[in-house]
Amino acid sequence: MNNQTPLRENRVSRTAAMALMFLLAIYFLLPIYFLLVAATKPQGDLASTFGLAFSHFDLFKNLSTLFGRSDGIFARWALNSVIYAVLGAAVGTLISALCGYALAKFKFRGREFLFSVILGGVLVPTTALALPLFLLFSATGIVNTYLAVFLPSIVSPFGVYLARIFTAAAVPEEILESARLDGAGEFRTFFTVALRLMTPSLVTIFLFQFVGIWNNFFLPMVMLQKESLFPITLGLYEWNGQTARVSLLQESVITGALVSIVPVIIVFILLQRFWRTGLAAGSIK
Amino acid sequence: MTDIATRATRVVPATGGRRRQNGGGPRAGVIVAFVIPFFLPFVLFYLVPIAYAVWQSFLVVRRTGGQYGTSYTTFGGFEQYVQVFQNTEFWASIGRIGLFGIVQVPVMLFVALIMALLLDTPLLKLKSFFRIAAFMPYAVPGVIAAIMWSFLYSPQLSPVVDLLKAIGLQPDFLGPGAVLWSAANVSTWLWTGYNMLIMFSALQAIPQELYEAAKLDGASNWAIAWKIKVPIIAPSIILTTVFSIIGTLQLYAEPAVLRQISSNISSTFTPNMLAYAVASGNNYQQAAAISVVIAIITFVLSFGFMRLTSKRAGL
Repeated sequence: MNNQTPLRENRVSRTAAMALMFLLAIYFLLPIYFLLVAATKPQGDLASTFGLAFSHFDLFKNLSTLFGRSDGIFARWALNSVIYAVLGAAVGTLISALCGYALAKFKFRGREFLFSVILGGVLVPTTALALPLFLLFSATGIVNTYLAVFLPSIVSPFGVYLARIFTAAAVPEEILESARLDGAGEFRTFFTVALRLMTPSLVTIFLFQFVGIWNNFFLPMVMLQKESLFPITLGLYEWNGQTARVSLLQESVITGALVSIVPVIIVFILLQRFWRTGLAAGSIK
Repeated sequence: MTDIATRATRVVPATGGRRRQNGGGPRAGVIVAFVIPFFLPFVLFYLVPIAYAVWQSFLVVRRTGGQYGTSYTTFGGFEQYVQVFQNTEFWASIGRIGLFGIVQVPVMLFVALIMALLLDTPLLKLKSFFRIAAFMPYAVPGVIAAIMWSFLYSPQLSPVVDLLKAIGLQPDFLGPGAVLWSAANVSTWLWTGYNMLIMFSALQAIPQELYEAAKLDGASNWAIAWKIKVPIIAPSIILTTVFSIIGTLQLYAEPAVLRQISSNISSTFTPNMLAYAVASGNNYQQAAAISVVIAIITFVLSFGFMRLTSKRAGL
């Protein structure tokens, strides 16, 4: 091969690659940009002005309308989402870590069987669980309470899988041995030694579970009737269904959607490296 | 490492309590205490509902006598399943989701793979910008993504419709033929970046030396990508395919939101919407049978695909 061809090939492919990636970036960012612009507009301008250009800057008015609607129900939904997702992911991460640690570090009969049963759970479509769970919960009176959404959310088989492989990689046997020789019990060893070494991976597990709960829609929809218990997703869905009758709600749906995604996007960008470790681990499987 | 080791051991106070005899692992009680906080909720909220759904699906509700008789629940064998398979709405929803999956999953994964491969070459600048832009939709809940896109599909509000009209097109994103693909676009938008990052992470794990020889032989980036990189990350591609198949069969939120603005999406558009609609009509046994069938199809397709691809890779 002569020397000229690769160089020319390189310049052409460099330009083509950049152009393609820019097009795709526009595709991914367009809806978010549209939402940002639309959230600053008065309701009347939504249909009458071009969607990608700013008109009157009414963002703050829209925000106060949003948070003032139905006695501040939106703030309640936001709080509920935070409760379900933060608390659920925190408890979920802790129990996944305990179980994954035991699977990685203790030798016991039935260990591999237990692990395969849990791994099988990764493949179970969670929406298929929602309806039978509803029936079981209505028999016990948990339906239409915080617990109805919270309890199923803490279980993450994928979290146990991640905890097991992360523990195997991050917690050396010798450290555990020396802690044990110092007389520490298994729980003390776990909480004071292992957990510390596992912290970066725990962040990854927490993030995955947080997003899973934050984005969940089917489970709360099946379980909840009381508006005051809704997470944001369900609340905005209900509002969106009413815009045909109450067209003024449209601006609040738009502003509410923006308010609900911005904090998560910021957390995402700040915690990028934790995603990469988790996704890399997922692909080793 | 030793630094961490000494620091870690110093944290543990030497209590001088019971010492463990060398060799034996922790007592059974300790192991149970570690495992049970996860395993008990797993049994209660995963295994029990599955068993309950299977059990329900074998029951039927019958009536004694005529219109004024009382209803009672009894074992009905495969009766519910026969009804599922005779239900034309069920097959229509399976057909829609099948068409959706056959087109959307390969398109999405192909785009994800191209992006991952490009990010792994020295051809690009602004790599972290592209990576973040693609991954950002993963932070957006499906319902909210569908709401955002439904504004972009709406003939009254959409700047995209305005632009296409300006160049003489008459797009109808919510029409009977298009609405399935409008829903597919929402899924593609949501999940491409996530799948891309899984593939990209796998690419990053390949040692550079593997390409050195090929580069010295004058192989183009293109050839290296398709002949070396893609086969190595095949397990990740299989994984993303299986996750995508599972996701497609569960589809609910996106079409449910589009249904709010389009009359071309029925309440039984996807299998999951059908199951929910049937359950809303209080026919839980029929809904359970539909859920079980969906779960079985999901398992068969996921495992089938894994078997098929691993066999081919093995030969």
